[in-house]
Amino acid sequence: MSVMVARKKVVRKWEKLPGRNTFCCDGRIMMARQKGIFYLTLFLILGTCALFFAFECRYLAVQLSPAIPVFAAVLFLFAMATLLRTSFSDPGVIPRALPDEAAFIEMEIEATNGTVPQGQRPPPRIKNFQINNQIVKLKYCYTCKIFRPPRASHCSICDNCVERFDHHCPWVGNCVGKRNYRYFYLFILSLSLLTIYIFTFNIVYVALSEFGCRDGCNPRLFPVLNCVLTVLEVLICFFTLWSVVGLTGFHTFLVALNQTTNEDIKGSWTGKNRVQNPYSHGNIVKNCCEVLCGPLPPSVLDRRGILQQEESAAQEETCTRGPAAQEPSAAQGPFSTVIFLQVPVPSPSNTEMPEEKQLPAGELPIPSQDTGQAEH
Amino acid sequence: RRPQVHSLQELRRSASLATKVFVQRDYSEGTTCQFQTKFPPELESRIERQLFEETVKTLNGFYAEAEKIGGSSYLEGCLACATAYFIFLCMETHYEKVLRKISKYIQEQNEKVYAPRGLLLTDPLERGMRVIEISIYEDRCSSGSSSSGSSSSSSGGGGGVGGR
Repeated sequence: MSVMVARKKVVRKWEKLPGRNTFCCDGRIMMARQKGIFYLTLFLILGTCALFFAFECRYLAVQLSPAIPVFAAVLFLFAMATLLRTSFSDPGVIPRALPDEAAFIEMEIEATNGTVPQGQRPPPRIKNFQINNQIVKLKYCYTCKIFRPPRASHCSICDNCVERFDHHCPWVGNCVGKRNYRYFYLFILSLSLLTIYIFTFNIVYVALSEFGCRDGCNPRLFPVLNCVLTVLEVLICFFTLWSVVGLTGFHTFLVALNQTTNEDIKGSWTGKNRVQNPYSHGNIVKNCCEVLCGPLPPSVLDRRGILQQEESAAQEETCTRGPAAQEPSAAQGPFSTVIFLQVPVPSPSNTEMPEEKQLPAGELPIPSQDTGQAEH
Repeated sequence: RRPQVHSLQELRRSASLATKVFVQRDYSEGTTCQFQTKFPPELESRIERQLFEETVKTLNGFYAEAEKIGGSSYLEGCLACATAYFIFLCMETHYEKVLRKISKYIQEQNEKVYAPRGLLLTDPLERGMRVIEISIYEDRCSSGSSSSGSSSSSSGGGGGVGGR
């Protein structure tokens, strides 16, 4: 190979993080691996708004009021800001246990359950906790080697445990969890308002230009093109309306009850044999305030921290846009792979691997990926 | 007055790591960040129960303050929302301010209380807020310092530590 020169290269922690995330801008941006649908979202929003500002707004600003494009611009900027914030931020990923901690927990589990003879299936790894007079079970995550906090879940697409896991949204290209749920909610809310706004003013535009042409109004330039573009915008808005407004309504319902999509789909708090939601304050306003305006915990991933290592020139250069887990770190990669292969298959009621593939209303189904396996 | 036997730097250089104890999260209050105040048996001979409990209770208090839902947190949230969260580019959140206080507190505790006893606390933030990691060091220093280390713990241990 090339000359082996030991040089100090700054390696940041994001390059060695396990899980299937993509990092950009030297660790400042964190997304899921599949970003195709996110680009589609961007294209649809930017394209529709560009058409609206270029054609309808020019007419409506003159005929009705200049406030129309101004308000549309504000809504558009807010929707884009919240979209980018949702897509690029850490949803609340729980870092995996280091080997010492994992061994300590294993010892504790063995102490409570007793050592299992070879060939026998070990009992499911569950701890029971009492929260606000309700019993809540904590499950052990075989991939991350931790007992998951309540409301946390393992996302099989990103291969991470995420706190207050809501769902994995391909439209924003990221998981939605504790740290970015409010941005996600504000995004779908502002997008709903923007869609309704554009849809309404498209109808107004058509009505005005067809039927309400008063004296002195400018004839439309390129009437056929205008017509086609308007119809296109109306169509996009119509379909977006049905999905996004419905989704906003659903999430408003969830926020009011302080539930997550994951819990709603699994029916964690419904049914007469189940516990009631212990996280709800019982008061809609209080629930909304807590979910949307509560304190925001910072990311515990420390993506931009520097790993103290001296890298030799022969080591593969990790590119800034590359996926993070191509070279599993020496301490964690082989260790987690070996342990995973040795763990017997848990009983179906406790399986933690395929359960996170859910399809909330409005989200596209994703081709299922190998769940829970560390990358080689 | 006997000078401190172990400084933090000395500890890292001269001692070897014997074992680590992990203080787990306490979820009885919900998903807020709280740690169990149960005294780990491995620390029985190294530190007094009250000191340990006081450390954990103070940490719990800090985390409760960070996650407190009240007027000021709502104000911060609404202001941030009104600026489309651009304000966080220049302003630190309340939570981050408290986390800085916590790391200062932990460093202070390490210097004053834990390092002289051959222990080291790790900030839970570095462990994903899952555990408080306490490293227990075996002393490889001269026998004088190790015996004074153990005598300090036994003389102070009349309160709660079992006979060792």
